[in-house]
Amino acid sequence: MSSIQNTSVEKNETEQQQTPLSFIRRDFLKFAGVGAVDVLFATSGCKIHSKVGGRLNPGKGDFSVLNYAYALEQMEAAFYEKVISNFYTGATEMEKYFLTDIRNDEIAHREFFREVLFLKKLTKLEFDFSTVNFNNRSSVLNTAKESEDTGVSAYNGAGKLLDVRLFLKEAGKIVSVEARHAATIRNMISYGDFAGDDIINADGLDVVQTPAQVLAKADKYFKTKITVQYLPTT
Amino acid sequence: MDISKIIEELENVDPEVYDRIDQRRNVIKNFFNFSSKIAIAAVPVALGSMFNKAYAGSNVSGKIMGVLNFAFGLEHLEYRFYETALSKSGLVPKKDNINVIRDHEKAHVKFLQQTITAAGGTPVAEGGYDFTAKGLYPNVFTDYAQFLMEAQAFEDTGVAAYKGQAGRLKPNNDLLEAALRIHSVEARHAAHIRFARRINGFDTTVKPRVIGNDKTKGTPLEPIYKREAKHVKVIFNINNIGGYKTGNAGTSSFDEQLHMNEVLDIVKPFMA
Repeated sequence: MSSIQNTSVEKNETEQQQTPLSFIRRDFLKFAGVGAVDVLFATSGCKIHSKVGGRLNPGKGDFSVLNYAYALEQMEAAFYEKVISNFYTGATEMEKYFLTDIRNDEIAHREFFREVLFLKKLTKLEFDFSTVNFNNRSSVLNTAKESEDTGVSAYNGAGKLLDVRLFLKEAGKIVSVEARHAATIRNMISYGDFAGDDIINADGLDVVQTPAQVLAKADKYFKTKITVQYLPTT
Repeated sequence: MDISKIIEELENVDPEVYDRIDQRRNVIKNFFNFSSKIAIAAVPVALGSMFNKAYAGSNVSGKIMGVLNFAFGLEHLEYRFYETALSKSGLVPKKDNINVIRDHEKAHVKFLQQTITAAGGTPVAEGGYDFTAKGLYPNVFTDYAQFLMEAQAFEDTGVAAYKGQAGRLKPNNDLLEAALRIHSVEARHAAHIRFARRINGFDTTVKPRVIGNDKTKGTPLEPIYKREAKHVKVIFNINNIGGYKTGNAGTSSFDEQLHMNEVLDIVKPFMA
């Protein structure tokens, strides 16, 4: 018998981490509890329009974190929609397949957040990709690389900001898909660079960034500006 | 949308939820037995800032220690697998940079070992392995296609395994963050191994993402993808969500989790 098979105490404990219904209920009511108040105010439109210093403010608590993710997914989806609408010169069949797959994943993520946020969602954002040359392979793929690596670091930093475990669980399901995208794009640029030293540290850990750090990098792509200054920090 | 509808949706997402509630009494009993067996020593003085922050004034729970040792065991398995392959001359082509993955797994082993020790726990001893998986991969260290197939199984399992433990680590945000940062590295590895299988011509349709059961139906690898296969639903129906035609994204856009016992069952054949 091997060592990890021998950890039978852990094995017996296993079922506990599977979310019992009571936890789901508690989490959900915590979520819905906030939402219920808003239902009263939501009869005329359900989107967030409040601005701080000319920037959309994505609310408080878990909603703000989810809206932050929603904003990033909107950005990624918008970017890949543009990439797919007119592939760069010299795109191979494999590249077209992979980029279309990524576009589809990002749309699914965006629409997932849109539905989860329901009454608390940000408006549809507009983006400015004028710094990207969509006819140029290197310009497109390097923008994609930056965007995916940043997305991974954003989710890695957002996990601890989420109080509702159901949301942490769903965010976890998304972040590894973003990491798969990042590795794929990096391999397309330079095969074998799926997890380079520029992003993985000596402990073998990927990048983590706060919402403020992420927005500092991504802000140039946002035509509709958002703020993350009221997001939780712990 | 009303609340009962959503609760119903949640049950659809997690159909075994009632089974688990029945087992709760037993689970809690075992949990306390487990906790009492863990000797939680005083936190050593000379620690990195992360550990100081993570453990100052409180001891890591037996539950969290269990997660750390579980991860440690998996990382050991992965590290030894790649290390063995790279020691065989002519098996792994340089261009595929498998050594990068080996180095990351080695770093994870070390990182978790230090984390467990710093928290006053004892890293679980490394056991022996059978990388042929009792004959399933008889030529794993001579046939590169077999090696990559097994690597893919390990990486996809690793991703799902970390994902399954995130909620347990939530009480300790520093450990949760560290685990997430390992988790995304494992996902990068998984994508790369899949990419490598494709460009080496071993499977010309495999993608860096997971689609359904990933053609494992009826094979010993099927349990790795058991939730991928049946899930196009994450609270909402993800298939063509919002009316967009998103192809396979209904399944591929969310990587599913595996629970600890499921992971242990999957890796069991690889243990000597």
